Amino acid sequence: MSEDLLLQIRGLRIEASNGQVLTDGIDLDLHRGEVLGLIGESGAGKSTLGLAPLVYARPGCSITGGEILLAGRDIRKLDTNERRGLRGVRVAYVAQSAASAFNPSMTLMAQVCEGPVRHGLMGRREAEARAVELFAALDLPNPQTFGARYPHEASGGQLQRAMAAMAMSCQPDLLVLDEPTTALDVTTQIEVLAKLRELIREYRTAALYVTHDLSVVAQIADRIMVLRHGRMVETGATEQILMTPREPYTTALVSERRAAMQGHGVAEAARRETVLAVQDVTVTFGPVKAVSEVAFTVSRGETVAVVGESGSGKSTLAYAAVGQLLPAAGSFRFGRDLLPPSYKARSREQRQRIQLIYQLPDIALNPRQKIGMILGRPVAFFDRVSGAAVGTRVAELLTLVGLPADFVERFPGQLSGGQKQRICIARALAARPALVICDEVTSALDPLVAEEILKLLKELQDDLGVSYLFITHDLGTVKRIAHRVVVMLKGQMVAEGPTAEIFENPPDDYTRKLLLSVPEMRTDWLDEALARREIWRAGPTPALA
Amino acid sequence: MTIAGRRVPFTACIGGVIVLLTVVMILFAPWIAPYQQTKIVGGVWDPPNAHTWLGTDSIGRDMLSRLIYGGRTSVSIALIATFFTMVIGVGLGFLAASTNKVVDNILSRIVDILLAMPILIFGLMVFAVLGTSIPIMIATISILESTRVFRLARAVAMSITVMDYVQVARLRGEGVGWIILREVLPNAVPPLVAEFGLRFCFTFLFIASLSFLGLGIQPPAADWGSMVHDNAQAISFGGYAPLYPAAAIAIVTIGVNLIVDWLLSIHAMPAGASAGAEV
Repeated sequence: MSEDLLLQIRGLRIEASNGQVLTDGIDLDLHRGEVLGLIGESGAGKSTLGLAPLVYARPGCSITGGEILLAGRDIRKLDTNERRGLRGVRVAYVAQSAASAFNPSMTLMAQVCEGPVRHGLMGRREAEARAVELFAALDLPNPQTFGARYPHEASGGQLQRAMAAMAMSCQPDLLVLDEPTTALDVTTQIEVLAKLRELIREYRTAALYVTHDLSVVAQIADRIMVLRHGRMVETGATEQILMTPREPYTTALVSERRAAMQGHGVAEAARRETVLAVQDVTVTFGPVKAVSEVAFTVSRGETVAVVGESGSGKSTLAYAAVGQLLPAAGSFRFGRDLLPPSYKARSREQRQRIQLIYQLPDIALNPRQKIGMILGRPVAFFDRVSGAAVGTRVAELLTLVGLPADFVERFPGQLSGGQKQRICIARALAARPALVICDEVTSALDPLVAEEILKLLKELQDDLGVSYLFITHDLGTVKRIAHRVVVMLKGQMVAEGPTAEIFENPPDDYTRKLLLSVPEMRTDWLDEALARREIWRAGPTPALA
Repeated sequence: MTIAGRRVPFTACIGGVIVLLTVVMILFAPWIAPYQQTKIVGGVWDPPNAHTWLGTDSIGRDMLSRLIYGGRTSVSIALIATFFTMVIGVGLGFLAASTNKVVDNILSRIVDILLAMPILIFGLMVFAVLGTSIPIMIATISILESTRVFRLARAVAMSITVMDYVQVARLRGEGVGWIILREVLPNAVPPLVAEFGLRFCFTFLFIASLSFLGLGIQPPAADWGSMVHDNAQAISFGGYAPLYPAAAIAIVTIGVNLIVDWLLSIHAMPAGASAGAEV
């Protein structure tokens, strides 16, 4: 077994130039052919740790202590040239966003072959033949000619697989996968995941799989290491971590995922009066129909989730609802009134009663304004009050979203991601809205923080009776918060109805595919899902139909 | 040395010292200068000696005193002109970025027309028609230079107005004034400060060139550009006289540039770097 030991990390310490410790005292063993999942929230140091076997630290960071042994040799002691020989050849890296990791001005073939050719391992022709083999193994369309494409000519999922091909081109001993499926849609993720796993098994490559998603790592990892604040919390076999976690932090992570998996939405009470009616809205960008004849309603005190993958037009719909984009056809009704298409033509009352919360709190809050001003302005603007009354209302809003009142003196930069999103929620509430449109409000947040935000939104709904139009790609979120769901595909509305109904009996193929693609936190889910998909792909038999 | 937790590079320190010395020089000129700027104290182009440390100029005035007083004129006029340049350029640039396409197009095309003409030629034309006086000079320079600032300010504001927080303010129904002053301006300060320094250098050199051509500041007031012009002949006789004001122009320009470089390098750091450092 000991000669099987590929990577050994002892007491690894990585620091930023400002003295901040990113990882400390990390011990890690990895055998050939083994996949270790590195799990943690943002800032846990999992990507930093993932880069360590390449003896690489991001700009501004440096490895300051510990040993990194690759097949028994301390690679920290290598000089620049030897390190260059190691990277890509013995240890390869797959980045999170393939779309930005490829050079847009070179063909994929040129980039996949770059490694073996530049390192002098293969001739150009041999490398190309091997690339075609890899393309075929990864199930890319027309493997013979796929390499002639430029990055913009391939889809996100294809690019991510091409990236894996690039990493495998030198047949490395160790593969570092940094969130390779996070930027992908669920229906694409499942394919990439299946192919990655096949590739790793076939070549008996060891891999470090960095991710924040427990259900994804469950499919591919033999062991899991949980990280937090740059330190190891717990490590163990995948089954053990998922079934019988020992540490409270791991338990919290696992139960959060479990909660996301279970349940079938919030039971719907009788629908009350309609707050927002979407009437056959079509939005076009030039010749492209981003949203096409979508129609549904949101009632008072209810949450309607609009679900779809990237490019389905769900965010476009949200922007049209607030009047930021003008629909080409159709209209929005607020209560009984027809809403003017542009926000400029809407009355103060109309602008006030519909509020939008954005996906990225970082750019939704002015970094040069204090919280007191960010919240105080809408209060003063909409409530038409000034002076002490503003301060009182701001304090009230901060309490409402669970933040201390002394935050008024802070700038957004001094807040964590979850706190920033709470401020965004408070700002929307400052307008005393009837409808809050939430555009992917939890997708930029860590799972535990996202859960807190969802809980807060739910509580606020119970207390204030606001309605939510919840734009999301995450079905787990939908299950936990939505009374009704609207499923969108390429601008079209493919399903609409109470969440439980849609989830139990998907009315159409796409919705079924979407539901089947959400990874569950079991190690055997991927095999099952692939099998089910095969059956489903073969088409409903005439007898069943 | 560190300012606000950042290490200040050596070059920026040199720039800082130069700028500081220049400021002291122009503020306290009457106390520092050994003679009156118009007083004749020696012969024509005397070489440096114990009485006149840098020698004398073309009609026997003390070179050092004229250099000190001249700096006062050159630097302060350049500062005033740069200030107006920034106000006009930033104001219109932000307006173009924050309002609608019509306003943007009208302003941008006017700027394009002005940019199409070489600034010095255009300046000469204006002075030929209106004559030379300090207010006219400042007004002309401000308007011409502001076209350059307009471009930058518009680009900076464009990248800020697409931020969600500006959208939030718009959807709330805020006016253009609030958007520009409260949402855009505070976030545009770092690049604009650097631009101020850079614009100052250009304005300063432009004024020096005008004076050298005899169109800028009129005698007997000293200024560095005209001092180079007045003493240029000395070179033929092996004198150093024109080199002192020329060197002064170069040193101030380089000093300000060194600071600008440093400011720009801070601004070039990845967005959110300062926010991240506080976590």
